[in-house]
Amino acid sequence: MIGWKQIPPGMVILEAGSALKIKTGSWRAAYKPRWIEENCIQCLLCWLYCPDNAVKVEDGKRQDFDYEYCKGCGLCALECPGKKGNKAIVMEEEVR
Amino acid sequence: MTQIVAATGNEAVANALRQVEPDVCAAYPITPQTELMQRFSSFVSDGKVKTELILVESEHSALSACIGAAAAGGRVATATSSQGLALMWEMLYIASGFRLPIVMAVVNRALSSPINIHCDHSDAMGARDSGWIQLWSENAQEAYDNTIQAFRVAEHMDIRLPVMICYDGFIISHSIERIEYLDDDVVKNFVGEYKPLYPLLDVDNPKSYGPLILPDLYMEVRRAHAEVYKNVAKVVLEVAEEFKKTSGRSYGLFESYRLDDAEIGIVILNSAAGTTKDVIDEYRDKGVKIGLLKPRLFRPFPYEEIGKALKHLKAVCVFDRADAFGGSFGPLYLDIATSLYHYRKKPVLINKIYGLGGRDYMPEHAEAVIEELIKIAKTGRVRSYKEYIGVRE
Amino acid sequence: MVTPLNLKELSKKELRFTAGHRLCAGCAAPTVVKMILLAACDYPVVVASSTGCLEVSSCISTYTAWKVPWIHSAFENAAATLSGVESMYKALKKQGKIDKEIKFIAICGDGGTYDIGLQSLSGAMERWHDMLYVCYNNEAYMNTGIQRSGATPTYADTTTCPAGSVIPGKPQPRKDLTKIMAAHGIPYVAQAAPSHWPDLMKKVRKALEIPGPKFMNIFTPCNRGWRTRTDDAILLSRLAVDTCFWPLYEVEKGVVRVTYKPKEKKPIEEFLKLQGRFRHLFEPGREQLISELQRMIDENWERLLKEEEIFASKEEEKEEVVK
Repeated sequence: MIGWKQIPPGMVILEAGSALKIKTGSWRAAYKPRWIEENCIQCLLCWLYCPDNAVKVEDGKRQDFDYEYCKGCGLCALECPGKKGNKAIVMEEEVR
Repeated sequence: MTQIVAATGNEAVANALRQVEPDVCAAYPITPQTELMQRFSSFVSDGKVKTELILVESEHSALSACIGAAAAGGRVATATSSQGLALMWEMLYIASGFRLPIVMAVVNRALSSPINIHCDHSDAMGARDSGWIQLWSENAQEAYDNTIQAFRVAEHMDIRLPVMICYDGFIISHSIERIEYLDDDVVKNFVGEYKPLYPLLDVDNPKSYGPLILPDLYMEVRRAHAEVYKNVAKVVLEVAEEFKKTSGRSYGLFESYRLDDAEIGIVILNSAAGTTKDVIDEYRDKGVKIGLLKPRLFRPFPYEEIGKALKHLKAVCVFDRADAFGGSFGPLYLDIATSLYHYRKKPVLINKIYGLGGRDYMPEHAEAVIEELIKIAKTGRVRSYKEYIGVRE
Repeated sequence: MVTPLNLKELSKKELRFTAGHRLCAGCAAPTVVKMILLAACDYPVVVASSTGCLEVSSCISTYTAWKVPWIHSAFENAAATLSGVESMYKALKKQGKIDKEIKFIAICGDGGTYDIGLQSLSGAMERWHDMLYVCYNNEAYMNTGIQRSGATPTYADTTTCPAGSVIPGKPQPRKDLTKIMAAHGIPYVAQAAPSHWPDLMKKVRKALEIPGPKFMNIFTPCNRGWRTRTDDAILLSRLAVDTCFWPLYEVEKGVVRVTYKPKEKKPIEEFLKLQGRFRHLFEPGREQLISELQRMIDENWERLLKEEEIFASKEEEKEEVVK
């Protein structure tokens, strides 16, 4: 932690998005989401709904989860429309 | 070229604000400040300033808007009195905590209850630990001069703190006096171009104002904040020195009046100092060695300098135009006492509470106190350390 | 070029509210913030927040989740604070010191909006500042531990109006803040919900294009406060809309338009039964409380449809005159 001589005037934070240093993935208690690519219709709803930006998307295509930040809420799995009734996201017990 | 006019204190400060031309002003009406912002509003309406005027729905919002505007990255001013300042209380601490150079005229008025619109200092005294620099003004000329200097002090890169300009409600705000105005371009040059620090409107470099600071960092933030106040006196004197070159009028951290060879003294703020100086002159003519100290920079309080200026006296009376209910003495007395505490040889110190809610302070009040000080100096005996004067039994 | 509101295109945009914030798992607030900032993706924005969950969790110590300029000063004054920022923008733009087109958005909880911040919000709107004020409405003071607010619905159990043996949760109706804001005569007011994200984002877009003051009230489920599962924020949002507990509508220049009408209005039980804060309503002997809630919701919905109808007929009249 910084000492008082390093405190910026007004305690203004100058580094935008510095919260990325806080890896909230450690919050996950029991369950983590698993992405099943073959059931994914690339609707990107999981990307939109995820409160923790833990769904990676590259060039408009869904990638795997970012477990560094995923808090394991399960919202993505519940909302996933899947393909023909088969979910593309399932919640599984976390193995630590 | 200076212009000599007859104007009220509010008119003079409004004129100073016109000459400084802040980017944003926020205001809410309250007696006796109202006239100041009314006059400034006319300057806006008549196109004499380009200032964005925010006519808010409360003083809390006035200062909140000033905080937003100053953080955005420009020059900001406002004004208030009494209850208005009390309503701002929460935001006063945030303005100073954010290190925002907001300049605010505080036209001193008594606090409720009972409601009263006239002068005393309970409003500004209640805000003395809020982290604002306070410059106090005896008359309209000083209020005008302090306003102009306040922007330089507030915006100095070693300071970046908000400043209150205090002057007495009605006694100064509404009385017409002879005032020397500086030329518009002289004032513009004196205050100079505003230099922002961490402007929010620099959208390419986003900053976050107002984080949550928990016990692991709060002490460090407050300790760092306390350090800034050590720079203030030096900057106030530098700015005053430069102001003297432009205006010919000198200012210090406080005014010493016939104090050097004095044996007894009076410490008093704002307009009552004028009356007291007249009475002191009469006593000096009679051979009584008396002087006066009138603080100008009340926050941060220049303890060392004031202690040095008073320590040689035998007896001193500190006049407080504000009470401290449940406390021991008036607020000014406490700071004066602290300034002298570390000296082995120091004056006997008494406290008079006077002028609350606009009660007149008359020459005979000063005379009575001087007579009392003469006795104390002679005998060392004190009748009462704290007393109310000008009050019916 | 305007970025189209489809997820493929939006996913290519920078997320200006980052991960690493400390809001609870499954909280809908960051999702709502994401939607607002994505809708605003074509503009630089400055955001102000009042004290509350979003504020304390997004900016702690030296860590900020904001990649836009952001300011929090106190609880009751986000609108006043942002009005100062916006005024400085106007001043500096007038002086030629800024040339960018910047949008100003306040994002505040219901406590900071409906209750303690109502005066400063009302003042900022009346002064016609060019800003969008968004209330992320989770229907209670969640940050301090689930106390009732002016936005808390009737019969909800909170820590300050707990459902007891005599009093079944909050006895009073919630304040209709959206209508109060519409009564200010400002150019745009809307209600939205994150389950209906295209509607929400379109409203944000529309609001940002209208000069002057705008207000949006966004339904924001809170699993801790409502005592629900961590995964059902969007499900609850959908149910709130489909039961007409939270109608989606807008008031543009005084004209009311309901932007979503459920094909089949669901009974309120479907929304209530998933939430611990309404569990006491399902105890035997309290059936009339649910019927009463249903009646309140029905009346409110019918009134809204009538209001829309009044304006719709006027629009038709105008068209006829034109013909």
